[in-house]
Amino acid sequence: MDIRLPMAAATVDERRAVDRILGPPTTGWEGGERRRVDGHVATGGHAARARRHLLLPVLHALQDDIGGISDGALGYVCERLTIPPAEAYGVATFYGLLSVSEVSPTVIHLCDDIVCRTSGAKELFTALADAIGPEGSSDGTRTWHRSNCLGQCDAAPAAFVQEAGVGRRVVVRADLDRLAAGPIDGRDPAYAAIGDAVLTARFGAPDPADLDAYRAVGGYRGLRRALEVGPDAVIAIVEAAGLRGRGGAAFPTGRKWRAVADEEATERYVVCNADESEPGTFKDRMLMERDPFSVVEGLTIAGHATGATKGFIYVRGEYPDAEDRLRAAIAAAEAAGYLGDDVLGSGFPFRIEVRRGAGAYICGEETALFESIEGRRGEPRAKPPYPTTVGLFGRPTAVNNVETLAAAVAIVAEVPGAADTKLFCVSGDVDAAGVVEAPFGVTVRELLTVAGSSHPPQAVLFGGAAGRFLAPAEWDVPLGYGPPSPPMGSGAVVAFGPGVDMDDIVQRIAEFFRDESCGQCVPCREGTVRQDETLRRLVAGADERGLLDEIAQVMRDASICGLGQTAAEAVSSAIALGLVGGAR
Amino acid sequence: MTGRRTVEVDGTAVAIEPGATILDACRAGGVDVPTLCYLETLTPANACRLCSVEVEGSRTLVPACSRIAEDGMVIRTATDRVRHARRMILEFLAVAVDLTTAPELLEAMAVYGADPSRYGTDDGSPRPDAVVDNDLYVRDLDKCVLCYRCVEACGDDAQHTYAITIADRGAAARVATEFDVALPDSACVFCGNCVAVCPTGALMVKTEFDMRVAGTWHEEAQTVTRTVCGYCGVGCNLDVHVQDGAIVKVTSPFDHDVTAGNLCIKGRFGWTHVRAGVDGA
Ligand SMILES: Cc1cc2nc3c(=O)[nH]c(=O)nc-3n(C[C@H](O)[C@H](O)[C@H](O)COP(=O)(O)O)c2cc1C
Ligand code: SF4
Ligand code: SF4
Ligand code: SF4
Ligand code: FES
Repeated sequence: MDIRLPMAAATVDERRAVDRILGPPTTGWEGGERRRVDGHVATGGHAARARRHLLLPVLHALQDDIGGISDGALGYVCERLTIPPAEAYGVATFYGLLSVSEVSPTVIHLCDDIVCRTSGAKELFTALADAIGPEGSSDGTRTWHRSNCLGQCDAAPAAFVQEAGVGRRVVVRADLDRLAAGPIDGRDPAYAAIGDAVLTARFGAPDPADLDAYRAVGGYRGLRRALEVGPDAVIAIVEAAGLRGRGGAAFPTGRKWRAVADEEATERYVVCNADESEPGTFKDRMLMERDPFSVVEGLTIAGHATGATKGFIYVRGEYPDAEDRLRAAIAAAEAAGYLGDDVLGSGFPFRIEVRRGAGAYICGEETALFESIEGRRGEPRAKPPYPTTVGLFGRPTAVNNVETLAAAVAIVAEVPGAADTKLFCVSGDVDAAGVVEAPFGVTVRELLTVAGSSHPPQAVLFGGAAGRFLAPAEWDVPLGYGPPSPPMGSGAVVAFGPGVDMDDIVQRIAEFFRDESCGQCVPCREGTVRQDETLRRLVAGADERGLLDEIAQVMRDASICGLGQTAAEAVSSAIALGLVGGAR
Repeated sequence: MTGRRTVEVDGTAVAIEPGATILDACRAGGVDVPTLCYLETLTPANACRLCSVEVEGSRTLVPACSRIAEDGMVIRTATDRVRHARRMILEFLAVAVDLTTAPELLEAMAVYGADPSRYGTDDGSPRPDAVVDNDLYVRDLDKCVLCYRCVEACGDDAQHTYAITIADRGAAARVATEFDVALPDSACVFCGNCVAVCPTGALMVKTEFDMRVAGTWHEEAQTVTRTVCGYCGVGCNLDVHVQDGAIVKVTSPFDHDVTAGNLCIKGRFGWTHVRAGVDGA
């Protein structure tokens, strides 16, 4: 492939950022010094294109070090990896945390999603607009944008700050002073358990990245047992426990692992989906921050069970602390022989690589996640073929949610209560927002009671933005997989108190989907826009329930992926319950 | 994967070859399924969803253009759900983009009773102007339905030039060059193979664009003559469109088994000299 590069050249700093990931160029063809021999021998081609999966890490490096991606820098990236500049531009512009239009030393992403906007985010906008200028403008060093849910709902309002050359940081209970300050030292993790604490048992550990401490409380017992009994038996154990995926789709985990194990293939992958971006959801972040080894151990067990020798953890770009903890845990596990060419002397080779998301909710969809790791726009693929047959890099792949893997560890390690526990994220109008671990059969009302609420909420959203608002009668329904329980979704429970403007909340959910649609298919790309607009008219008093129903139906029926298929759930349920618009 | 399969399309059994899509099956059974992003010569982009049909046992509708038909599948193409989806997709497109040079879509709108007027007029998004940055073809993104055809034709499916991409996300997604540079500054080689596959006139050769603006484009008064390009030994087929004794556009037949509708800059655009000196061109 001949590629035509932009005229502008990369600066020394930009080249350094790229080389930090790719190593220095070795020939003139890659943008290095042109030697005599380069006139006679061409390099690049397939070898360079096989490194396409490094595109996102390289773009991250430029964003991290420089604060944006210039045309010259993108040209150098394309030269290094033999990627047409238009394609690389298409990838860079897909992701919210990468900027091709501006280079800014500091970018503040302030959450204005459903929880933060009822917890002071709106006032903070005004303050920021006064201090810096309108959204998207710059005061020379800082620029700010509104953000969708940052997964910090237990300490709202939240902000995520990118500082070029310094790093990324999260600011919780944000105000102007805290935004300006440097990194803020740990906050107390907010969690509780009804019944046995299985998944949250280690959340209080003083140093979650301390391998010895992890082992001292039963860590890596699961992997040892897995290596003893062998892949078939592990899958049978997970199947017998009835473990279902905690990422939203509730697919039986054992069946997924068996499907991958049974594929005839020379290479397979396991992927941990740590892109948690569902509004109101923060359990996966908490697991990674407070118990990173359980995620690493879980992915290792999944790799062993499915016959994969390589695992990826795709962690949300707005979760710097979780990423750091995971990297530390992986390094410690490698040093101690829990990862590597010969895991615990069993002859099973397994390694884990961490990949960072770049600000796109859709990349939590498993096939969009593959595209993202492969260095492309995060557009979901058509299914079938399913990931268990054609997944990451075209190979059979098992994708599992963070909590699913942690639960699998407990199940294989025979921890009492392991098969009967679920993490819920309780936030909004409660006294103590946080993760609540509870056995199946718990009710929303019980969860709210644990989190402490002095008055009954006027509305409860269950399962995230892709979930739905529950009628008060449903607050007493035992939660589980299948009726009468409402769909579990991400396990988020967001309570809205009497004072909250529900029109505003439901409108915000419609905006969320409009904003996060990948734009690939017409029902979702256009449907989410029409839903947002039509809802606005309904809120203003027009009776648009019929049209909203029709929009909902085509999104549900004809969208490619789960985003479009569920984008009307919350809005429809709010209308049905009379929470929004003229129907009240 | 050998042996023929049988599927049921709207109640009638249809025999198909392995690997055939639902769309192939429907066509073999004489059932019309509308398509937009699909084109025989390109990989299915699976994006417009206009071809949605019902398949027994499937929770959602299924895109006929790209789903491989399986033995025993029961397919329904004329149910209320299917008609609803198609009508809504057409309405969505008509609200968002200018379909005046997409006659097939306008026809489909009539068939499915699409009424874009019921969405109000509060679509605040600014409508882009046509971009005229070169002498050969024009891009009018206000007419773009994001079918991905041009990107595929420029890239993996035909030209392998990769001058254009889909940039941005969601409702902001658009066809673009890197950093939105003008086409002459991009990798574009002006083969016009993107123009050839565009279903809505969002990409249009400059001659046609100018004549439409001037009100002098009269397709009904044009003749199309098939001939062979004389520029090089490849010998691509040309369809020469002539109006009032002058060439107004050159295309190439999609059903040609070698060139599949593609040409290079010479064959598609190198004809203005034909009338040099006749009308002062
Ligand atoms: C729009 C969208 C976003 C998603 N986001 C996530 C996510 O952030 N984390 C996750 O585990 N699963 C997410 N999923 C579900 C995944 O596609 C997939 O089902 C899941 O990761 C499988 O793991 P599990 O079986 O362990 O649940 C998302 C799905 C959709 C459609
Ligand atoms: S449903 Fe939405 S997010 Fe999913 S593929 Fe279609 S446009 Fe993209
Ligand atoms: S310009 Fe034409 S071919 Fe390209 S995506 Fe738009 S409508 Fe499709
Ligand atoms: S169109 Fe181009 S490639 Fe085809 S015959 Fe003419 S000059 Fe040759
Ligand atoms: S024609 Fe099938 S999705 Fe467009």
